[in-house]
Amino acid sequence: MAFPPTRHSVIERLRAAAGGQRSAAFGDLVEGYWKPVYKHLRATCRLGPEDAQDLTQAFFSNAFEKGWLEKFEPGKARFRTFVRVCVDRFAMNARQASGRVKRGGDVRLVPLDFDRAEAEVHVQAPSTPPDAEEFFRQEFVRALFQRAVGAVRQEMAQSGRHVHFTLFERYDLDPAEGVSYAGLAAEFGLTESQVTNYLSLVRRTFRTRALGALRGLCGSDSEFRREARDLFGMDVE
Amino acid sequence: MMVFLPDATIARLQSVANWPEFEGERYAILDQIGRGGMGSVYLAFDARLQREVAIKVSHGVPGADVERRLNEEARILAALEHPGIVPIHDAGRLADGRLFFVMKRIRGATLTDHVQHPSTLSERLGIFERVCDAVNFAHARGVVHRDLKPDNVMIGEFGEVLVMDFGVAQAASASADLDTVLGTRGFMAPEQERGLEVDARADVYSLGAMLAWLIGSHRPPRALHAIAARAMAEDPHERYPTADALAADIARFRAGHAVDAHRESVIERVGRFARTYRVAILLVAAYVVMRAIVAYLRS
Repeated sequence: MAFPPTRHSVIERLRAAAGGQRSAAFGDLVEGYWKPVYKHLRATCRLGPEDAQDLTQAFFSNAFEKGWLEKFEPGKARFRTFVRVCVDRFAMNARQASGRVKRGGDVRLVPLDFDRAEAEVHVQAPSTPPDAEEFFRQEFVRALFQRAVGAVRQEMAQSGRHVHFTLFERYDLDPAEGVSYAGLAAEFGLTESQVTNYLSLVRRTFRTRALGALRGLCGSDSEFRREARDLFGMDVE
Repeated sequence: MMVFLPDATIARLQSVANWPEFEGERYAILDQIGRGGMGSVYLAFDARLQREVAIKVSHGVPGADVERRLNEEARILAALEHPGIVPIHDAGRLADGRLFFVMKRIRGATLTDHVQHPSTLSERLGIFERVCDAVNFAHARGVVHRDLKPDNVMIGEFGEVLVMDFGVAQAASASADLDTVLGTRGFMAPEQERGLEVDARADVYSLGAMLAWLIGSHRPPRALHAIAARAMAEDPHERYPTADALAADIARFRAGHAVDAHRESVIERVGRFARTYRVAILLVAAYVVMRAIVAYLRS
């Protein structure tokens, strides 16, 4: 699970890089945005699974080859909104051109697990088309958090902190009715203070991972600070 | 393996990722119970005193001068012993630089939620008078609230009225970035909104706004409307000089007397007199009618 090891915005990385570095930067962008784009096409634009898959692939391939996303101007909107508007225009043009979208180019920057994304679409199953901006934002956050949770799980496993992550799962990710620090402490043979400290460590790691990924997906530093505040209610440097 | 996160889990993660971390083992955060423009409020367990507390944590990180002022203010607040003021037990700075305030945990509802239930104008004014009393007590000790609003008033399980967050707004505002709008629009005095120096009269303005909010749906008598309007005067010099003066005018209104904020016409005065003494007037009228009937029958 790769997270951008950088403190630069996605636009800075794309504009500064060349060749293989640009592919890597764009790959990070695709990893953060492909699932929101796919779900947006499915739920908001009401495309079928195949068309949505083709359009998602085609959009990122074209964006990479033609440098669309580098044209983002931070003062006008959030980068996330810019991406969604680009997708909408691309989908509209594709529909007008042929009625059915063809996969574009041969650029495969990251593997896209459409089966899993489709399964999530079925779990969510909005009965009516949702508000595009709000839906895209929520799916962006969901994708971001899912990646961050996966990274935390991996980090905890590698450092032998399996209990830490299990507590995180039990108290934060999927809390049962009435779950408490005292109950978890008794179950895992820990003190309540240990439970508090273990959970603090995992939450801190999650926050670091999520913010690291978020910074790499925003169009500017000020946008990152605004997004961080919206997401976590906190001021970041 | 990537696990699907439902909306509820996303909301939970947004919350827990920012839960404050305290040095030592005294406070354990149990849940987030509120979030506003200046900070978030958490339910926590105080292990030393074995009780639940509420902890407010600012969003921003203040400088050293603000922290000094905060400590000074916290000492004053600790001395504010009044049944209508939620006391601050502890205050300080987290390792990440944010400020925290440990307060008594109040079980009940905010005034905002409380008024969703049916209540009479008289009940609402009774609550308002008690808020004024608490604010006046703090003013007399040199503490200005700066963020009075219905969300900062709690109605306890036994009907007690408590004002929260005394002094918190000042510290939080000093630590927030310039893009943040502090206080609450609609309840904030104009001079505060403009970033000027404020005193107790800014709280009087907020009380007036709270009064207008409380009586909003009751088609208030002109006298009551005038009280709110005077408390919310644009010029601080034209407002009630103290929360006590405002409360006194409310008390006069509730007692059926003339209020300072409104010069009555003769008709209004007669109407108020009739409402105030309607029982006595009815008795006298009945007596007069009865005497008239008796006199008529005798003749």
